[in-house]
Amino acid sequence: MEQLLLLLIFLPLLGALVTAFSGNAAKHVALVSAIVSLALALVMVCNFTPDASTQFMVNYPWIHDLGINFHAGVDGISMITILLTNVLVPLIILASYQHNYKSSNAFFALILFMQTGLLIVFTSLDAFLFYIGWEAALIPIYFICAVWGGKDRIKVNMKFFVYTIAGSLFMLLGLIYLYLQNPAHNFDIQAFYNLNLDSVQQGWIFWAFFIAFAIKMPVFPFHTWQPNTYTEAPAAGTMLLAGIMLKMGIYGVIRWLLPIVPTGVQDWGHVAIILSVIGIVYASLIAFTQKDAKRLVAYSSIAHVGLISAGIFALNTQGMQGAMIQMLSHGINVVGLFFVLDIISSRLKTNRISELGGIAKQAPILAITALIIVLGTVALPGTNGFIGEFLLLIGVYQYNIWVAVFAGLTIIFGAVYMFRMYQNIMLGKTNDLTITFTDVKGSEKAVLYTICALIIVLGVYPKPVLQLSEASVQHLIEQVTQKLTSVN
Amino acid sequence: MNIIITITVTALVVLYAGLFKAKKALLPITLIGLLTSLVFVATAWNTNQTYFGMMQMDNFALAFSGITILGTLFIFLLTQNYFAADSENIAEYFTLILFALAGIIIMVSYKNMSMLFIGIEIMSVCLYILAGIRKSNFASNEASLKYFLMGAFSTGFLLFGITLIYGATGSFDLETINQYLVGNYKSISPMFYPGIILMMIGLSFKVGAAPFHFWTPDVYEGAPTLITTFMSTVVKTAGFAAFLRLFADAFAPLHDFWLPPLIAIVCITLFIGNVTALFQKNFKRMLAYSSISHAGYLLFSLVTLSGNSANNVLVYAAAYTFASIIAFAVLIMVKQKTGNDHFDSFNGLAKRNPLTALVLTIAMLSLAGIPLTAGFIGKYLMFLNVMGEYQILLVAFAILNALVGFYYYFKVIVAMYFKEGNEIELEAPLQYKVVLVLSVVITLFLGVYPAVILNLI
Repeated sequence: MEQLLLLLIFLPLLGALVTAFSGNAAKHVALVSAIVSLALALVMVCNFTPDASTQFMVNYPWIHDLGINFHAGVDGISMITILLTNVLVPLIILASYQHNYKSSNAFFALILFMQTGLLIVFTSLDAFLFYIGWEAALIPIYFICAVWGGKDRIKVNMKFFVYTIAGSLFMLLGLIYLYLQNPAHNFDIQAFYNLNLDSVQQGWIFWAFFIAFAIKMPVFPFHTWQPNTYTEAPAAGTMLLAGIMLKMGIYGVIRWLLPIVPTGVQDWGHVAIILSVIGIVYASLIAFTQKDAKRLVAYSSIAHVGLISAGIFALNTQGMQGAMIQMLSHGINVVGLFFVLDIISSRLKTNRISELGGIAKQAPILAITALIIVLGTVALPGTNGFIGEFLLLIGVYQYNIWVAVFAGLTIIFGAVYMFRMYQNIMLGKTNDLTITFTDVKGSEKAVLYTICALIIVLGVYPKPVLQLSEASVQHLIEQVTQKLTSVN
Repeated sequence: MNIIITITVTALVVLYAGLFKAKKALLPITLIGLLTSLVFVATAWNTNQTYFGMMQMDNFALAFSGITILGTLFIFLLTQNYFAADSENIAEYFTLILFALAGIIIMVSYKNMSMLFIGIEIMSVCLYILAGIRKSNFASNEASLKYFLMGAFSTGFLLFGITLIYGATGSFDLETINQYLVGNYKSISPMFYPGIILMMIGLSFKVGAAPFHFWTPDVYEGAPTLITTFMSTVVKTAGFAAFLRLFADAFAPLHDFWLPPLIAIVCITLFIGNVTALFQKNFKRMLAYSSISHAGYLLFSLVTLSGNSANNVLVYAAAYTFASIIAFAVLIMVKQKTGNDHFDSFNGLAKRNPLTALVLTIAMLSLAGIPLTAGFIGKYLMFLNVMGEYQILLVAFAILNALVGFYYYFKVIVAMYFKEGNEIELEAPLQYKVVLVLSVVITLFLGVYPAVILNLI
């Protein structure tokens, strides 16, 4: 059983190598690899005991002299993110089936390579390993976006790359500082939890970490790279960025920020919440004015992530649990939305809302599945979005009622701009352009049906997922509050 | 000692082989000579022999000898057809590089400042000639003259420094100087301080650290690319080994005195190197400026002197050497096809040469310091070392500079992958392939599993 985690982490890497050398069959090889990974993740879930313990632990010495170990394990929080990654990667690969990318073997190999990086981030219990995974996920997505992206891709992706790596280098500085503070001189997460740092030190570490995570999510005002990068990226790149990669930031806050510097969070957490709420309102307002559907979804993603981030910093079980399930839901929904837009743009070569209209008549299946995805995004009861946003709002409400009021605006705003977008694209009069539209088929259908099924199943019966992370989340909250009371 | 003898004898044999027009034999003889000296490096490991108080073959010296010899070996493998285009008598190129290498071995193993001077001079005189070896090429001549004038100037500083220190302590021996400093800590002769500063300036000239770097870009650009490769990798490594040996073994007790000027040099070097590299349109010139910025990171090892300093320099130098060799090797191939070394000539390279592009990309990622490459481990060790004394501002400054570095290293990646261009197909002879593959394997291996090299010294 111990080796299961190693297999889970390195199978995509192996898949990437095979994919890189499999020429025209690359997409099939990649899909098989991703599906096997998904099966492994499901085996893992079945063998997972939903308590607060860390399971499937592996610990090998790696660079002994520097106190670096290959130390990884899975608790409830990791389990959710592993599920998210391994469910979405096969969908994203399948969603790219209709595209004829040049050098597609490299394209799919990079996706799988990134999967390994993501899984390292989501399971590592060694700070250095975490950092390696963090960067190992960035390099492939940079190449995916910059090679196969739109016409402005070079400049936009350079900004994205330098932005993120700037954040992560200062995080590395923070990690080295913690390493030096640690009398055992290693990067073990448990040793980091047990450090006794004063509030000034914690403040600095808080900011070093928070900025790195905030850039990744992104939280206002560190979001400026995001809309352009999402717009210029190829569909699969956008899905990877919005569906999985931004969860690295959220996961980082939960795993590496809250428990290591609780006093820092107490001192500065309200700033983080205020920034998140500003981001929610600001991004929603900008989303209203967008003429390009892909940009609109990009801004809506900032708003949704803002709510998740606020829920985490509220530091209570509801907020945290809401964040957990919302990570999963947001990943599924945003991938669905970007896929629908990709289907439209690959047929009509445009995502401008004003040029579209009346697609529902031509493509009823697409219209219905898209409607379900939009409903999930705007958090209609019975869809997966509802349960997450509901819990998040309760969490934020317990923290401060005014924050909850502003955060609640996301739902209202979201409903307005999302429905308006849907209406303008799908309903209304069919014009000269959209008359040629053909309905979805084959692999497109498979992806859309899977996403819709996930949206409804998670919405109606979220309990198994909530149970997965509940004990770990409670343990985390206790750990943080205990440390805070012992300081005070 | 065997190492120096082997290299010198090889140089002489090559010269005679050239005399008898045995052109085909030159490269095999050289390679055999270098491999033999590598064997001597391995067998001398841990023996710590001293030769008449002049040279000490400790593990420090052996490790740096090993890496410089290996680097030279790779560069020799790249000579395939390279010099033949310039001249009939290529034996002298081989001989000069080998003599320079002999000087380098002395530079990394000296125990006496006179040997330091002799080592530097043996190396430098060979390099002055090598830089100007394209007799009919204007840029090459200019490079040679500039290098000679600047080099002679800096040697003056170095000698003056040595003289003052000799005046203060009465000895050239590193250990005696160290003991003098420890013993007379309260009453150090006032001559000693300017001596240290002058030697620092002289050595900064040699390793191309700002503000004494002005010769570097012109010389690197003007010299034949293969000689530039040699200068910016092997010679640089040796320069830092010499620098570190002097300041760690002899001047360590006065660390507080020479730290502020050193930090000033580090900061200026990082800043000038990185910011100027950013504006270069020529790949070779960009590499020249980037080598200045790497000098800045390498000097970090002197900011906090610890037991690990030497090893950190070794790791960083290894990472930098092999990544640079890749970069220059690809540059030579591109230049042979397109005739110039601007970034533009890399446009669209990945389409027809995916593997070469991948190799160059890994080299660039390593130079930029991306995890899972040797360059990251090198930078990480340097930062860790300096953070050990909580010089957080210095590290933060270095991080900002590293960010600038990403821009210019990615320029060539952007050109290769994202830009449309002339679809040339590069011809990589077998020897080039060997060098590229070995260098990439070393770069990735050190990046993934650096444990093998971390406790070498």
